[in-house]
Amino acid sequence: MTKSELIEAIAQKQTQLAQKDIDLAVKTLLEHMAQSLANGERIEIRGFGSFSLHYRPPRVGRNPKTGDAVSLPAKHVPHFKPGKELRDRVNLCAAGMSN
Amino acid sequence: MALTKAAMAERLFDEMGLNKREAKEMVDLFFEEIRQALERGEQVKLSGFGNFDLRNKNQRPGRNPKTGEEIPISARRVVTFRPGQKLRARVEAFDGEVEPE
Repeated sequence: MTKSELIEAIAQKQTQLAQKDIDLAVKTLLEHMAQSLANGERIEIRGFGSFSLHYRPPRVGRNPKTGDAVSLPAKHVPHFKPGKELRDRVNLCAAGMSN
Repeated sequence: MALTKAAMAERLFDEMGLNKREAKEMVDLFFEEIRQALERGEQVKLSGFGNFDLRNKNQRPGRNPKTGEEIPISARRVVTFRPGQKLRARVEAFDGEVEPE
């Protein structure tokens, strides 16, 4: 499912709003989430999961072509931990299909 | 303070003028539709943000950490998130203290 397919799926269930409003709403939500993470703020959505930042200490890397050492600064990377409901729903469906 | 669905709905109210009920419904549907796609076994790709992928894990041996008893961890399907280039770049620039979990 892509972003545009997500927008369409929401539009089929949401009859009050025009598709262009749903389009803008989805983009606004994703931008809000990205902004929060960029500010070091966690995201907590019950039943879905939480997003947080994980710290990566500085390290010496190598240019794979030349083999030269390059020092890489410390950074943060986004991390997602699925919530219980999402974990269960994805797993139960998978179990149902294979049995 | 962590970002919650309530704050996300508030943003839709402030920025787009959706009424409170529409805004709440929109946020709920957003997460519900992503969940349903994953439930169907579909990957979800949100460009500029990241991809939610599914991985099938085989059964593996595990242990009850309290009792030390050996119990197999059953085969399962799990969700993983792979942040996109754009999100990675924005987050990389952050150099403050992160909120404790």
